[in-house]
Amino acid sequence: MILKKEKNTKRSSKNLYYSFFFLILVIILYGVLFFLKPDKIINSLYASWNIFVSIIPVLISVIFLMGISNYLLKPKKVSKYLGKTSGFKGWFLSALFGILSHGPAYVWYPLLKDLKEYGMRTGLVVVFLYNRAIKLPLLPIMIFYFGIYFVIVLCIYMIVASIFQGKIIEIIEDKHVRWRVKNV
Amino acid sequence: MKPAKIKAENKRKQIILSFYKALKSFGATLPILIGVILLIGLFKIYVSSKLISSIFTGELFRDTLIGSMIGSISTGNPITSYIIGGELLKEGVSLFAVTAFIAAWVTVGLIQLPAEASILGKRFALMRNALSFLFSILVALATVLTLKVIP
Repeated sequence: MILKKEKNTKRSSKNLYYSFFFLILVIILYGVLFFLKPDKIINSLYASWNIFVSIIPVLISVIFLMGISNYLLKPKKVSKYLGKTSGFKGWFLSALFGILSHGPAYVWYPLLKDLKEYGMRTGLVVVFLYNRAIKLPLLPIMIFYFGIYFVIVLCIYMIVASIFQGKIIEIIEDKHVRWRVKNV
Repeated sequence: MKPAKIKAENKRKQIILSFYKALKSFGATLPILIGVILLIGLFKIYVSSKLISSIFTGELFRDTLIGSMIGSISTGNPITSYIIGGELLKEGVSLFAVTAFIAAWVTVGLIQLPAEASILGKRFALMRNALSFLFSILVALATVLTLKVIP
């Protein structure tokens, strides 16, 4: 247990270093491009700022959801609804939550990471992320451009593809775990 | 102190701790989120829809693959992908390519890949994005072929 905790702490500090390293690389890229085309970089900064402002409500709701899930969801509950034994209910719930979720995918990663640590199936994380492609409020716009039949058929195939993808990733992960157990 | 009062106090402490944990966990991902947002800002300014439409060749399979590839490196609100997709259709790009483009736009995220890898794991992020890329082509083929069958 202590070893696992130590390993997690090491991994999270490594991730933090990696995060800062990535941010510094992007800032350097901005710096270099600024010398070449300063007006474009200023516009990029404006565009980034606008994106940030537009996702603030989603960020707040994600932090709120994370807090609530930390308080209400215990590993036992998560594994009941989203764990290995969740069955059809798990696939259905994660597809539904994926469709209903708002904002860019990356704001949902921390919540998914927490749920995964509580016992959420890897396949269900995949299903959640894939079904974010179906956005109910945006469907009328999609219908306007491509027609209703196209939208219905595409949505059905997207849901089916998400489940296939989730299953494939789970099979690969299982094989990887078995291989590691065999070789370590 | 009464048991009910102790219970309420414990509950309050648990709620505070839960939100503190949430903020801490989210704070740890903030540098990478800011990095990704900055990259998306660059992408928005440097890549126009005209540039995207100029890449298509008119060859069905190659265009579907190109659609998927452009969708994978593109990012932003899905509405943008519908608008660009609509414009591409008007310019004569095949529905296969446009569907692959729309499907890959949301499901594959090369710009968000560093964030996904850092938070959800490298192997998971690489596998998920590779499979999503493949599935965007399959979904495009299945959707357009089904539409051809529907009277």
